[in-house]
Amino acid sequence: MDDTPYAAEMKDIVIRFPGVLANDHVNLTVKQGEIHALLGENGAGKSTLMNVLSGLYRPTEGTIKIYGDPVHFSSPKDAIAKGIGMVHQHFMLVPTLTVTENILLGLHQPRFFMNMKKLNQQIGELQEQYGLRVDPEAMIWQLSVGEQQRVEILKTLFRGAKILILDEPTAVLAPQEIDDLMGTMRALIAQGKSIIFISHKLQEVEVVADRITVLRKGKVTAEGIDITGLDRRKLAQLMVGRDVVFSIEKTVHEPGEVVLAVHDLRAENNKGVPALRGISFEVRGGEVLGIAGVSGNGQSELAECITGLRPAQGSILIHGQELINASPAKAIAANVSHIPEDRTRVGSAPNLSITDNTIMKCYTEEPIGNGLTINRTNARAYARQLKQAYDILAPSVKTLACKLSGGNLQKMILAREISANPQLIVAVQPTRGLDVGAIEAIQHLLLVQRDAGAAILLISEELEELLSLSDRIAVIYEGQIMGTVDPETVDVYAIGQMMTGARMEDIQESTETHHESAI
Amino acid sequence: MNLPFDVRFERRSEDNPWWLPVATALGSVVVAFVISGIILKLTGGQPLVVGKFFWQATFGSWPTFSDTIVKATPLILVGLACAVAFKMKLWNIGAEGQFYMGAFFASLVVLVPIVPMDSPKVVILGSMMIMGMIGGALWGFFPGFLKAKFNVNEIITTLMLNYVAILWNNFWIFDKWSDAGFQMTPMFDKKAWLPRLADYAHQYKAFSGITLHLGVLIGFVAAIVVWWIFQRSRWGYEIKLIGDNPEAARYAGLNITRNIVLVMMFSGALAGLAGMSEVSGVVHRLQERISPGYGFTGIIVAWLAKLNPFAVIVVSILFGALIVAGREIQPSGLAQLLQGIILFMVISSDVLLRYKIRIVRVKPLTA
Repeated sequence: MDDTPYAAEMKDIVIRFPGVLANDHVNLTVKQGEIHALLGENGAGKSTLMNVLSGLYRPTEGTIKIYGDPVHFSSPKDAIAKGIGMVHQHFMLVPTLTVTENILLGLHQPRFFMNMKKLNQQIGELQEQYGLRVDPEAMIWQLSVGEQQRVEILKTLFRGAKILILDEPTAVLAPQEIDDLMGTMRALIAQGKSIIFISHKLQEVEVVADRITVLRKGKVTAEGIDITGLDRRKLAQLMVGRDVVFSIEKTVHEPGEVVLAVHDLRAENNKGVPALRGISFEVRGGEVLGIAGVSGNGQSELAECITGLRPAQGSILIHGQELINASPAKAIAANVSHIPEDRTRVGSAPNLSITDNTIMKCYTEEPIGNGLTINRTNARAYARQLKQAYDILAPSVKTLACKLSGGNLQKMILAREISANPQLIVAVQPTRGLDVGAIEAIQHLLLVQRDAGAAILLISEELEELLSLSDRIAVIYEGQIMGTVDPETVDVYAIGQMMTGARMEDIQESTETHHESAI
Repeated sequence: MNLPFDVRFERRSEDNPWWLPVATALGSVVVAFVISGIILKLTGGQPLVVGKFFWQATFGSWPTFSDTIVKATPLILVGLACAVAFKMKLWNIGAEGQFYMGAFFASLVVLVPIVPMDSPKVVILGSMMIMGMIGGALWGFFPGFLKAKFNVNEIITTLMLNYVAILWNNFWIFDKWSDAGFQMTPMFDKKAWLPRLADYAHQYKAFSGITLHLGVLIGFVAAIVVWWIFQRSRWGYEIKLIGDNPEAARYAGLNITRNIVLVMMFSGALAGLAGMSEVSGVVHRLQERISPGYGFTGIIVAWLAKLNPFAVIVVSILFGALIVAGREIQPSGLAQLLQGIILFMVISSDVLLRYKIRIVRVKPLTA
């Protein structure tokens, strides 16, 4: 046995949120000088676990040891003092300050006078040491995303971090920047730092990590396994799980005519990087097309293009009508409903009542809208009717949307979108973050619409949800469709492999050769 | 420190009853008066004497009450202007400039003249109102357009345009229309004066010396119109939706850029109407410093009224009283002190609307 203590050792960590067991007896051990990848789907509990290690949450149960010493963090400050540095996915930098100023922010040193020249030099030395090049005097807003990330890493190093947590650091980076980051990570461990690398991209993990811990639904499914000689299929299985339960009864259904036809769709994300690179598919009436994929592979952009929220090139036909670059109003007029990914930021107005939220898309139409006016009596009656029909739990229709629970808010959004009698429903992560009861209610509502003849484009990261609701599943990876499969017959691991960049043709070939060699 | 009790803030999950905001607002004004009284006492004053004097100078008699309302009139209109813009989270800090442009455009009716001065009084006053609104709307249009088209921060543009409007006015009254070298235009023809109660003194003795003019009715009507827009109209719904969550508004298919321009113009028009009411109802000429900062006080008024048009009227009367009292009470800073404390109290009372405060007993720790 090796006697040197682990850099970080988390044992039997339990974190309980109201109604959710976010971490269920999780173990994680990080050796000194290794890159330890923490893998798992969204909501698997990775961020929660790291928030425990960085002092944001206190675990209900469990112990943490840093370099062999048991620790009890009551704030992030304690964790920093023990040499733990976290680089968040969303950077915490002040855009109008320089790199040096950002690095010093929140420190008690220097006390009063800032000898900028000396500090710049100090930071320059730190940069040299780890190959994190960025001009110390540049303002943050002038820097690329990759450079900003370097500043975040420098910040933790300047505070004396020995264990760095990188929370999905590659999600925001361009390919070249990813290579640079990997170089930096190697330089860091070469000098004795340890890194916890959170990701859900298998191929990156394979390239850079030494060991892997996989989380699924708050539990560890693989604890600290070695990267060498690892079976990718096995890993995909550990990550997505295989306990697919067909909890929802789905009627056999003959799809109708083509409602949505997307051809060679191309679009950029908010950073101007291509997010969709030539996507084509069709959805028929009475059919659910599921889009599977790890988040950030173009799903959000796809939904926004179809609903008129994002400019694009290519073609989007709805019942033969071209809707590329149309306004959201045009998409609504073409009977496209949209259940947006972000219920609070996009799907609802938090400080308006349920009534005002439910009439959002029909306030111009009779009997609610009447020329210049809105008939408040009819609007309230309409909201009450939806509240009852969709079982939205709230004291009254005057209740503000921000006071609804996630499930009830989502039911309200669904009620609004479905009651417009849509031809096409674009549903993005419709059940994310909801409890089991609400999930079932919402999945049921979607299937009712399918049976009524609506075309449904279901974008989800929950593979189980896609498998139980979809009639066909298309897998998206880096803005391209890797293949379309039948959920009844597909091998789940094949989806897992496509989600991480394998084309369906390649998988079939490899399984064929596998069979041959078996013979 | 271990106290035997613990003060807990609990988020209110149920709907607030309608009277709660009213009660907290009134309560905070009362608290503000009490605190001012304590400060006065500590600095060697006599709070009760001052309070009595304050009452007499503002609400104590018909003429003083009329003074208070006259001061409140421009505040009502400017407060409504700010409330309309703030409802959409457009930070129009330019009501002062829009007020001046409204006054200027309304004065053009007389000074150019745009309508012949022998037209009926209704025509002259009507054209002044329309011109006043056009002037204010124009001064709202520029920042609105820049915001909508190029996302230029409206706080900066509206603030800067205030000075442009004031200097623009100065140019005309110093240079072009100066009355015998004074910084004012000649007195308007009586036909361009908003009717005052004093004008009817020959019929009703009691009205003699009472300066209350028709402008206050314009303010009331404007408040009703704004209330109707907010509560009953499609446009008002769009304003609320964009103001609360522009992302959701875009998703619901609303035209945000057009609404930014329209709301800024409407807000400007209301402030411009205040300028018209002031030149036509009070000073009867265009001159320097027709506004002692009404445009800025309007921001506070709208805020204290929680953007409710009828509350704007109540708050304006209170602030009108403070302006009058500031003239009467020495040191005049006292009224401003009170203004400031009221603002602080009302803003901090917001916490009562969002949280319940509970004092709970804590079991002493057994050692």
